[in-house]
Amino acid sequence: MNSQLTSDGRLHHLLTLDGLPRATLTQILDTAESFMDVGEREVKKVPLLRGKSIFNLFFEPSTRTRTTFEIAAKRLSADVVNLNIATSSQTKGEAILDTVDNLSAMHADMFIVRHSQSGAAHFISRHVAPHISVVNAGDGRHAHPTQGLLDMFTIRRYKGAFHNLTVAIVGDVLHSRVARSQIHALTTLGVPEVRVIGPKTLLPAGVEQMGVKVFHDMETGLRDCDVVIMLRLQNERMRGALLPSAQEYFKFFGLTPEKLARAKPDAIVMHPGPMNRGVEIDSEVADGPQSVILPQVTYGIAVRMAVMALLAGAANQ
Amino acid sequence: MTASLPDANALIDSLAATIAPAFDPDTLIVGIHTGGVWVAERLHALLRARHPVGQLDISFYRDDFSRIGLHPQVKPSSLPVDLEGRAILLVDDVLYTGRTIRAAMNELFDYGRPASIRLAVLIDRGGHELPVRPDYTGAALAVPAHRNINLSRLDDGHLTLSIA
Repeated sequence: MNSQLTSDGRLHHLLTLDGLPRATLTQILDTAESFMDVGEREVKKVPLLRGKSIFNLFFEPSTRTRTTFEIAAKRLSADVVNLNIATSSQTKGEAILDTVDNLSAMHADMFIVRHSQSGAAHFISRHVAPHISVVNAGDGRHAHPTQGLLDMFTIRRYKGAFHNLTVAIVGDVLHSRVARSQIHALTTLGVPEVRVIGPKTLLPAGVEQMGVKVFHDMETGLRDCDVVIMLRLQNERMRGALLPSAQEYFKFFGLTPEKLARAKPDAIVMHPGPMNRGVEIDSEVADGPQSVILPQVTYGIAVRMAVMALLAGAANQ
Repeated sequence: MTASLPDANALIDSLAATIAPAFDPDTLIVGIHTGGVWVAERLHALLRARHPVGQLDISFYRDDFSRIGLHPQVKPSSLPVDLEGRAILLVDDVLYTGRTIRAAMNELFDYGRPASIRLAVLIDRGGHELPVRPDYTGAALAVPAHRNINLSRLDDGHLTLSIA
């Protein structure tokens, strides 16, 4: 599992938060904190990764994640190349490893990988030369570690600590790589109560074994929460047998001001985006005073800078 | 060897005395983490500078990142006022190769274009590898290359120099 750490415990790849020690998570969050002010300077750059080439390999479309990785890499002074492979050679049948080999031959230093198949980033990390680092930017239903980290960064910024929090994750946990990464990070960082709330059809069997409490209704699930994390409901789930309709879902699990009132008055509301307004979240909440959804996006840049800086630093040894 | 080292606090007093005659209180005093910040804070009090002390952590600007990686405890840099057109007094505890000062100046310019930067160091230990010379020096001490000279702060805030 910890093929992502070097023999002396430093981060070489970032593939999953599962199994990463608390000290490593804290180091990433602390490093991100020191990158926060770079975005406010006259020159929004530090020269740390000058001369490094970072390839964004997106086998699955994404706008925000790819953009924030790109901005983060550029603020570290790296050269960034974006490849949306769904629209280029994959359709011509070029194998994933051939793509990686070709880009390695162009002296890549780091790959940021998003793929619809779980395990794609692991697969690439086992194949690349030792000086190359791989960051998982989302693989299938498995993991989205930088999203999980930026969520932890957001929680720490607003709540100060983890040891006294109740955090609820609401919605389609079954299909969510984001939820898995969040649960691993929250439990590792010592959050005493992590809840998942959703209809039975959208919660994975045996999710309790990840150290969470399961709720099937918002009224009890949100009670006295400090943090409410809403998950995106993939529209395609409606077409299957999992859900009756978007309206029905919103009625029971959509976050409205009335449901949010069950949580603590100072509870924050998070969402990894993109939001389905009127499906999992009411606009009044999404744009309301408790929403920290846009700060999450800003923090995502500093967190990705921290991950890339730490990986590049360890890979150089 | 420790016995022959000067008293750090007395050294800061005499450093402040050499800076004071030409010191404009509108100058921003900027200390380099960690020892430089301690010295900067003392100078700030002695020189009655108007603005709070700025702090630089030059970890993101080091020229040895590709060899040793990221420093494990990076602190945020904080500069309390706009640098544009401002006089800066850059402060470090020990000047050795000059690479830290180069990195610090690069970082300062990413915040703006200062009118001037002057360098004050508590100890100039020689061994410069870059054309960097202090404007104000507490003491010049020849320290052999295999030794390290360190400034540390005791719990009561007292600063002491040691050689290891």
